[in-house]
Amino acid sequence: MIAAHLPVLVVLLPLFGGLLAALSRHNEAAFWIALVASIATLAAAAALAGQVMAGGPISYRIGGWDPALGIEYRIDAVSAPILLLVAAMGVAAIVYARRSVTVEIIPERVAWYYTMMLICLAGLLGMAASGDAFNIFVFLEISSLSTYTLIALGRDRRALLAAYQYLIVGTIGATFYVIGVGLLYLSTGTLNFGLIVERLPEITSPRALIAAEAFIVVGIALKLALFPLHAWLPNAYAYAPSSATALLASTATKVAVYLLARYLFAVFGIQRSVGPISVADALMALSLLAMFAASLAAIFQNDIKRLLAFSSVAQIGYITLGLAIANEAGVTGAFLHIMNHALMKGAAFMAIGAILISAGSSKLDELAGIGRTMPVAAGALTVAGLALIGVPGTSGFVSKWYLVLGAIEAGRLWLAILIVASSVLAVLYVGRILEVIWFREPAKRSLEAQAVPLSLLAPTLVLAALTIWFGLDAGFPVELASSAAKALLGVSKGALP
Amino acid sequence: MTDALAAMSPAYPLIVGSLAVLLFRRGVVQDALALLAPLAALALVWLVPEGTSVPLQWLGLQLHPVASDWLARLFGTAFALAAAAGVLFALDRRSTMERAAALLYAGAAMGVAFAGDLATLFVYWELMAIGSTLVVLAGGASQAALRYALMHVFGGILFFAGLGIVAAEPGGLALRVFQAGSPGSWLLLAGILVNAGAPPVSAWVADAYPRASWSGAVFLSAFTTKAAVYVLIRLFPGEAVLVPIGLFMAIYALVYALIENDIRRMLSYSIVGQVGFMLVAVGIGSEHALAAAAAHAFVHILYKSLLMMAAGAILRATGEIRLSALGGLAKLMPVTAAAMVVGGFSLAAVPFTAGFVSKSAIMAALADDHAALAWFLLTAVSAGSFLYAGLRLPFFALVNGKAPDTVAPLPVSMKLAMLVMAAFNLAIGFSPALLARLAPPIGAVKVLSADHILFQLQLIVAAGICFGVLLKLLAPKSRITIDFDWLWRELPAAVLGRLIRARKQLQGFFEPVLTTARSGIGERFPVWAVRLLEAGNWRTGDIALAATALLGLALLVAAV
Repeated sequence: MIAAHLPVLVVLLPLFGGLLAALSRHNEAAFWIALVASIATLAAAAALAGQVMAGGPISYRIGGWDPALGIEYRIDAVSAPILLLVAAMGVAAIVYARRSVTVEIIPERVAWYYTMMLICLAGLLGMAASGDAFNIFVFLEISSLSTYTLIALGRDRRALLAAYQYLIVGTIGATFYVIGVGLLYLSTGTLNFGLIVERLPEITSPRALIAAEAFIVVGIALKLALFPLHAWLPNAYAYAPSSATALLASTATKVAVYLLARYLFAVFGIQRSVGPISVADALMALSLLAMFAASLAAIFQNDIKRLLAFSSVAQIGYITLGLAIANEAGVTGAFLHIMNHALMKGAAFMAIGAILISAGSSKLDELAGIGRTMPVAAGALTVAGLALIGVPGTSGFVSKWYLVLGAIEAGRLWLAILIVASSVLAVLYVGRILEVIWFREPAKRSLEAQAVPLSLLAPTLVLAALTIWFGLDAGFPVELASSAAKALLGVSKGALP
Repeated sequence: MTDALAAMSPAYPLIVGSLAVLLFRRGVVQDALALLAPLAALALVWLVPEGTSVPLQWLGLQLHPVASDWLARLFGTAFALAAAAGVLFALDRRSTMERAAALLYAGAAMGVAFAGDLATLFVYWELMAIGSTLVVLAGGASQAALRYALMHVFGGILFFAGLGIVAAEPGGLALRVFQAGSPGSWLLLAGILVNAGAPPVSAWVADAYPRASWSGAVFLSAFTTKAAVYVLIRLFPGEAVLVPIGLFMAIYALVYALIENDIRRMLSYSIVGQVGFMLVAVGIGSEHALAAAAAHAFVHILYKSLLMMAAGAILRATGEIRLSALGGLAKLMPVTAAAMVVGGFSLAAVPFTAGFVSKSAIMAALADDHAALAWFLLTAVSAGSFLYAGLRLPFFALVNGKAPDTVAPLPVSMKLAMLVMAAFNLAIGFSPALLARLAPPIGAVKVLSADHILFQLQLIVAAGICFGVLLKLLAPKSRITIDFDWLWRELPAAVLGRLIRARKQLQGFFEPVLTTARSGIGERFPVWAVRLLEAGNWRTGDIALAATALLGLALLVAAV
């Protein structure tokens, strides 16, 4: 009975959890509500992933309406891993938030903070679960609005500016997206992905479709911080509360990437050339720029949170590069990196958050030798950093391996070389951190750092451990990613799953 | 009954009305007569059965005073509507002479549309010249009226000479398709082209029309040039020489309309440009293209009357017609402002206006004929026409600048006339089938398709961007427009000045980055790279700009 409604429950659980948390108005109660709701969500997502792996795509019609009229939720091999990832990161971030909010959030706002986290989760999960282009827009807005609030709740006054900037940019992105959806609706007469794909061959004049593609892709690109539309991200991540940063860095951009993949492969077709340039080529160029430019920028940051944020932009470049390569290994690499990067960047942001909370700074020059006083957090940061570089034995190696493989299979050896070359830049920015936190004499702040509570460290360590585990035994994530890649590439050849 | 009707040219009510208003003093009766005449003509346009009337023997000539088909009805309908709306608009203008002249002028144009032979056509043609000259004269500009009359006498002589030669040919006076080859047909064509405002005499349009009264220009804008287009469709369909002539007119008029300061002069240039569109379509000559030309003439009468009315209303209310002296009228004159925007958008072929429908038909006809160069040029001109009619005119007249403290109130009749014309423009825009009913061959053109609307919007957005960039350049200046020499006297200086300023701005833009970057990464990287890398310090506007640029680029590349 419940199993049949899982596709909608996975969205409703955090949504109503958020409502309850808001109504409770009590910090402690709100935390427990959030925890229970997120764990239940994770259970639902895991069950869904199991069902999809075993029995193929699940279609759920809200209220029993036909997809042509109503909204269809569709969980398949592409969306199931995303649901699982978002739900899991939600649990980790909420566990982490319990102690971090006491330092970072004004007490009267803590319940609201949990509310916003849950609603953000609901929005992100809804984007992944829904098979309806406009419904996705609604969830996009739900997640965006709650994200603005999450960022603005940061203690630093610059958080307000960052949130405002993201608000403007995010609204532009969402507007572009909805314009694109409108154009799509104009030319196909439906908002359902499945029906859109069915009706595409009947469209004789592609101009509306091209315009729709341009609007949708650019709109989503703003949300996923594709270079050069990434400028909102560094400040937003740097000044948001630590748990919010961890949640957003590991989920929000990833869901946007998922959406991009969905549109590019299932709807528009990634190899379709728009004018003289194919979408894949354009995406590849921007991805490469992101990998190099953002990594370069990261090297010169002093604030570690900002540094990691720039690194996120670069890592998103790897993911979109995988999509642009558009063969099975490439897309598998992209989806692997979606998951692996979420884990490693989540661990990194949680670790630096813990350091920020106990030492009071995230500035590189003030954290010399912090490894001696906070070995656990610094250790987690180190693991995450190594994974960002792609050192063998970490999950980052596996995903980059698939990307390189994809590039070589596509006959682009130069691309493989560039992927490796950009990792050198990651060596530089991670190397700076490692050098400062481990090998320098402890600075004043480092010596005064207080002990970190376990509830901050536990989720950090779990994520760091997963980063190592998936580096050594990549069977599970690779299975998820390759079935997602197969589903996507199968669709683009015209055979619906 | 039918026989009696068959001999009734729709021109008669107008000509009778023209004489009748002279018999009455200014008042309700005269007003009613003046309004009834065009409405009666409109009724006749549709009551007269299709086909040619019984020939009339006169001085040994076989004449057909009335001949009706869909083409005649289309032009007749447009002329009657323009006359009715014009009379309504001019209802409280204290000039019986202008009213009578306008009705005579409209009647003559109507007679041209329903003429069944060359001699009848010529008589109405000359009558049209007389009527229009009187309308110009009624505005008080006797010098301009004289120049106008001379020009049309010249055109009339060419036409008459051509007529004399072709009448001796086997076809006699019958309306038939000519090839521009023999001297007779060349003379005919030249005579018609004078009236159409073709080069090298295009200038008469912008010379005479703006010198008419606030109401007179409305009549003038409707008849002469469109009647010329009608005659070209009848006599010279598919005449290849019309294509380059039409293209030249479209481009020439665009340049002048873009820089013109006087609103009514701008609209006059615009007439030349739009007639250029029609000439190109006539030159293409396929059934579809001819119908498109006719449909565009119909629609052009609708929106150009509307624009002339709005301009006339502004002139009357403020006593001023120069863009540089106007501004901020949108709030003071809402109806006029709305009329100007609807008319301007229709002229610029913005989707859901009548102009979009007819221009689409022309473009589709060009595309069918694979007239690539003409299609490309006219598409560009079409985008440019949005620049002056859709943006420059409303922006500088209605929005930008300081509004006058008070404006003279407008009578209801003027507002009503504008509303009626605006309604026609929108009705056809929203329901292209209306126009297709008048011009059946364009029925096949799918106007309101997503594809098509988007393409037009692309053009419009591009024009909008141009407008933003060239805002200073397009700002109206109080001066007399000099001929083509503007291109080499003003344009280079303006562009050069802009470049110099842009360079200075660029320097100011990088200056702060340069100084702050002295310590740190600035020493290792060039300035632009620093700016690019430090994305965290971008302003929100920069991000929005990047997004818009990316989108624009994608759309641009897609459009290639």
